[in-house]
Amino acid sequence: MDVDGGESSSSDSISVRSIPIHSRQSEDFLYKFKQQNIPACKPVLTPAWVIATLLLLGFFFIPIGLVTLRTSRGVVEIVDRYDADCVPEAFKGNKVSYIKDTSVPKNCTLVLKVHKHMKAPIYVYYQLDNYYQNHRRYVKSRSDQQLLHGLKYNDTSSCKPEESNNGLPIVPCGLIAWSLFNDTYKFIRGTAELRINRKNIAWKSDRNHKFGKHVYPFNFQSGTLIGGGKLDPNVPLGDQEDLIVWMRTAALPSFRKLYGRIEEDLDADDVILVHLMNNYNTYSFGGKKKLVISTSSWLGGKNDFLGVAYIFVGSSAIILALFFLLLHVKNPRPYGDTAYLSWNRKGISS
Amino acid sequence: MKRFVYINDDESPTQEIYCDNRISNRKYTLLNFLPKNLWEQFSRFMNQYFLLIACLQLWSLITPVNPASTWGPLIFIFAVSASKEAWDDYNRYLSDKKANDKEVWVVRQGIKKHLQAQDIHVGNIVWLRENDEVPCDLVLIGTSDPQGLCYLETAALDGETDLKTRAIPSACMGIDSDLLHKIKGVIECPNPDKDIRRFDANLRLFPPFIDNDVCPLTIKNTILQSCYLRNTEWVCGVAVYTGNETKLGMSRGIPEPKLTAMDAMIDKLTGAIFVFQIVVVIVLGIAGNVWKDTEARKHWYVLYPNEGPWYELLVIPLRFELLCSIMIPISIKVSLDLMKGLYAKFIDWDAEMIDHETGCPSHATNTAISEDLGQVEYILTDKTGTLTENKMVFRRCCINGIFYGNESGNALKDARLLNAVASGSPDVIQFLTVMAICNTVIPVQSKTGAILYKAQSQDEDALVQAAAKLHMVFVSKSGNILEIRYNASVLHYEVLEILEFTSERKRMSVVVRDCQNRKIILLSKGADEAILPYTAAGQQTRTFSEAVEQYAQMGLRTLCLAWRELKEDEYHEWSLMFREASSTLVDREWRIAEVCQRLEHDLEALGITAIEDRLQDGVPETIETLRKAGINFWMLTGDKQNTAIQIALSCNFISPEPKGQLLLIDGKTEDEVSRSLERVLLTMSITTSEPKDVAFVVDGWALEILLKHYRKAFTDLAILSRTAICCRVTPSQKAQLVELLKSCDYRTLAVGDGGNDVRMIQQADIGVGISGREGLQAARAADYSIGKFRFLKRLILVHGRYSYNRTAFLSQYSFYKSLLICFIQIFFSFISGVSGTSLFNSVSLMAYNVFYTSIPVLVSVLDKDLSEETVMQHPQILFYCQAGRLLNPSTFAGWFGRSLFHAIVVFIISINAYAYEKSEMEEVAMVALSGCIWLQAFVVTLETNSFTILQHLAIWGNLIAFYVINWIVSAIPSSGMYTIMFRLCGQPSYWITVFLIVAAGMGPILALKYFRYTYRPSKINTLQQAERLGGPILSLGNIEPQPRSLEKEVSPLSITQPKNRSSVYEPLLSDSPNARRSFGSGTPFDFFQSQSRLSSSSYSRNCKDN
Repeated sequence: MDVDGGESSSSDSISVRSIPIHSRQSEDFLYKFKQQNIPACKPVLTPAWVIATLLLLGFFFIPIGLVTLRTSRGVVEIVDRYDADCVPEAFKGNKVSYIKDTSVPKNCTLVLKVHKHMKAPIYVYYQLDNYYQNHRRYVKSRSDQQLLHGLKYNDTSSCKPEESNNGLPIVPCGLIAWSLFNDTYKFIRGTAELRINRKNIAWKSDRNHKFGKHVYPFNFQSGTLIGGGKLDPNVPLGDQEDLIVWMRTAALPSFRKLYGRIEEDLDADDVILVHLMNNYNTYSFGGKKKLVISTSSWLGGKNDFLGVAYIFVGSSAIILALFFLLLHVKNPRPYGDTAYLSWNRKGISS
Repeated sequence: MKRFVYINDDESPTQEIYCDNRISNRKYTLLNFLPKNLWEQFSRFMNQYFLLIACLQLWSLITPVNPASTWGPLIFIFAVSASKEAWDDYNRYLSDKKANDKEVWVVRQGIKKHLQAQDIHVGNIVWLRENDEVPCDLVLIGTSDPQGLCYLETAALDGETDLKTRAIPSACMGIDSDLLHKIKGVIECPNPDKDIRRFDANLRLFPPFIDNDVCPLTIKNTILQSCYLRNTEWVCGVAVYTGNETKLGMSRGIPEPKLTAMDAMIDKLTGAIFVFQIVVVIVLGIAGNVWKDTEARKHWYVLYPNEGPWYELLVIPLRFELLCSIMIPISIKVSLDLMKGLYAKFIDWDAEMIDHETGCPSHATNTAISEDLGQVEYILTDKTGTLTENKMVFRRCCINGIFYGNESGNALKDARLLNAVASGSPDVIQFLTVMAICNTVIPVQSKTGAILYKAQSQDEDALVQAAAKLHMVFVSKSGNILEIRYNASVLHYEVLEILEFTSERKRMSVVVRDCQNRKIILLSKGADEAILPYTAAGQQTRTFSEAVEQYAQMGLRTLCLAWRELKEDEYHEWSLMFREASSTLVDREWRIAEVCQRLEHDLEALGITAIEDRLQDGVPETIETLRKAGINFWMLTGDKQNTAIQIALSCNFISPEPKGQLLLIDGKTEDEVSRSLERVLLTMSITTSEPKDVAFVVDGWALEILLKHYRKAFTDLAILSRTAICCRVTPSQKAQLVELLKSCDYRTLAVGDGGNDVRMIQQADIGVGISGREGLQAARAADYSIGKFRFLKRLILVHGRYSYNRTAFLSQYSFYKSLLICFIQIFFSFISGVSGTSLFNSVSLMAYNVFYTSIPVLVSVLDKDLSEETVMQHPQILFYCQAGRLLNPSTFAGWFGRSLFHAIVVFIISINAYAYEKSEMEEVAMVALSGCIWLQAFVVTLETNSFTILQHLAIWGNLIAFYVINWIVSAIPSSGMYTIMFRLCGQPSYWITVFLIVAAGMGPILALKYFRYTYRPSKINTLQQAERLGGPILSLGNIEPQPRSLEKEVSPLSITQPKNRSSVYEPLLSDSPNARRSFGSGTPFDFFQSQSRLSSSSYSRNCKDN
């Protein structure tokens, strides 16, 4: 890298007066700008520079990747798919009628085995697969204003097709709220119930600023077509944390949402019984429901992607660097040899 | 069509028919501004497209984002161009108002009144005082001057700074000034046109004002709007054309905007992207509808109704159309306009392109076509005043067979001539008389007593000056009486007629009466072929032809002087015809020429004058450099063949014999010309394989035939030939040649300085005017005006090339960044049920296109891939611009691929790193957006060749601004992304993800670029490497070590070694100032010769293949 330009005689064309130094400088700069002569640094892609960059990239990325991967591997995670197992034998052939039939009991029990010590806090998620919370029709069907101001806010046209029922507005309106996930879980370790803290599972900012403290559910799930879960009409939306979590729509068709927190350690080989109410219909569209119990790290949950990608990128960089190094040693290329310019080559040969 | 102007008739109906003198250059009025401006803006396809998109977005069912994300930028863009228009129009209004409100003396109801200029009507009599501006086109009827003359400065009209004389028509001669405002009559004149050199009208005065004769009027009897009255106390005239119908008003008007090759390419690429977009929309639309019908109905939570409205099938495709609409970047127009404005400013500001002689900076009148400068393939240049200084100096003469000035190179110092003058040799005296009188020069006595000459042509000026130095001093001109001082005696001549110079006649004559002996003489001067054929039968003209030949070979301009005594009755007879011809309204010019011909015969040739027109500084170097850059030069000149060839030789236009070959196309008849053309074409096609510089020479006559009958063959020749000299061509032929080259799809640049170049300048893709001595006419009509020919090198190689490179980058980058975000949206639709959900929110989308990605790239206006010095030393590098190597479908495909690759990287990494419990929509969107912003910062960095502080500021400042803006937005509780950015920035995984995106996105790009840079370098890369590592680039000697030594033996020009002479021209005499000049200041001449332009010839021919 070298710096050139700017050495042109700029001063003699500027009227020389006793100008304060800073204005003189800025005038000088302006002049250089006008002459397109601002000192510039012109980096050049030399082999040394490129190979060093690639090596450096590799040497940084591989350790970071290893650390990331290790962190991710350190997270203990139990995933259990229950949507298929919880269907009674009789309904195996027709799961949709099972879930739609309100007379069939929906309770179901899972047995989870902790294979490794899990340190509190342990997060309990439900995971839905093949569920398009990001569908265009779905994602738009909400009214942030209504969630905050309640019935005072009338313009709920964005909530279509779930904006009113029997001529009365619905609070909270829209498809997202209407399809609220309503499976419930109860954890039992040994004989005692494992307490799940279901407070503070939603973002604090959402509770305080996005969902009204004095907005109560109204006319919710009262229509003929009942979607997902119901809400306690006596609890303000700001405290309905399940709803708040649910309404943070996921960008991917496969997502996890926080159900609660277990605030005590789980030991390896602990057996946990989960009594769940399998209420939510994923059968009609072939979605999957999973229960996830996971610890957390500074990177979040278990996700090997970043670590693997880092190691892959880092090692590719090093391989590329070595390739270029080899190429450079084998086939050194005289830089900036104008003999390579075709017009000169011809000139010489002719 | 004619117009009848009733002078001073307040009741005349003409006052109603013709407009008043209100000048209006305004395009808009207050009322029609909005609709008219909007209409104009919406006549562009891009704007229609954006409007359609913006309207579609109002339909909330299909819009993926807030309509504001399109309306905002659209309104912004419209507001910017509308306010620019409004501002321009307001300024026009102000200047109009100033002109309209000016008070002038107008006769109304027989009384002189002080009125505003805008109230002048056709037929009114207007009085003007000295130094007044003329408010409208007037026909003179009276002046303070007893001879009926007045002096006019026409600089505003034609750019010529000398004073012009105007005379009152003969019918008005002698009318008492008190009676002038009572005058009545009728003027029959053509309908308004824009020809400022013609006014063919008649005047008839009504009784009691003398005879009822029709009196012819010419342009000489008019004073035109915007001229200034000088040296005349007062004049009075009849308004014939007023307001916007004046000659000036008619010639105004906005020229057609020129479209650069680059704009055309960008339009083409835009079209391609549009097609691609439509395909994407159709494919995704179908996929979306299929998915909806098969899958989405099962997803009960989406609650699709079983029966949709009739337009249901259209909803998803339209959503995708809106989602993909950002593929065509809305910001590109604004960015390009801004950049182009700056390119033009850089040209205006360039300190190296200031003409230090006149202090006149270069100026870009047309701010929109700088890129075209870098793509020039043909330069068509005028000779006089463009290549030469147009500073005429009388050097030699040949009087009656005796050559003066051959020894010293300056006839004024030739003792023999001085002796001849002193001894009063009659030949010499006649010769000098013609030099002094046969012209239209106006002598002006300055206060110090010295006589200054105001001449319309530089040649006349040189002749009069030379005559004065030889003691034949043209002292004064009062009316028709010329006063000449010869030695001690004072001679008077009365000018009877002036037979003016036209480019067709190529000569001018005056008929004067010698006041001493009352004889009438015809004095003529003109081109040799316009004079010598008309000499008296007995006279030997051989010596004169030889003299002309000899002078022409020295590159001197020759004029042949002749005279003839007229008989009194012959003159009177002719004078009647002349007058009749002068008063015809139809084909007057032609009729006059015919009548003149009847007088100009049996002339006695007196001698030949030779005037030197020196080459401008740096012309040979400039031509050499630009030819090496692969630009072909054509010289179009009105001068004669030999002069043209000599000038061409001395300025490196063509090479002397061993390297160059001149092919002549001549002939007087069609057959001859066609045979000659065939021969030339044959030779040309044979020699193309040889490293030889072949040029063809054609004269105006043959050219006329060629263009008329052999256009196709001539076009073939034009394509084959890198160099051509066209001599004796008329302005319209110049324009035709430009047209011809343009029709072959070449980028042409026309450079000239005089009024005769205006048409060619306007016709060419780029017109460059030299603001020279022939006035500013060319400079005004041109897109660029420069002070000297040598600035052309810098204009093309530096400004043109940089502009091209920068625009190439900017435009492709604009598409890259729009495509990038668009591809991400498309990918996202695959995981969102092909339903047309937008991943990004409206604010981000709008800011991305208009702000985040536009600012950093704007500073590429400062980017320089190679330093100016390197480009100047390796002008061949211009080839990349000429051939459009930096912006074409294949480079564009590269950028397309890059955006696809980056979109994949950003998308895959974002959705995988932010999967499961982190897959919150706003967060994923911001991660992806951050990835895009980071990538684009690095893309700009990688593609920038030189980093100034501004670049750093813009690139990294923009990145910081991105975070600051998003933090601000995240701090607003009501915004959709409340707290998102704080949340993300607090997560280590966010930063890790972003760095991963950068490394994965840029790594392969860097590696690929490095590989190509090192192992498949383009010429630009090689020079970059040389420039930055090899220290102060290579000296010129290194470029061609081999041929140089060989070339040493070969003579520079055919001066010293006559064996090199060609068949067409004789060796240049060594004492010619032209020859000396071409060596440059201390530069070894063989350098210019040794540059192997040969190699570049085949090279530049290939341009078109790419």
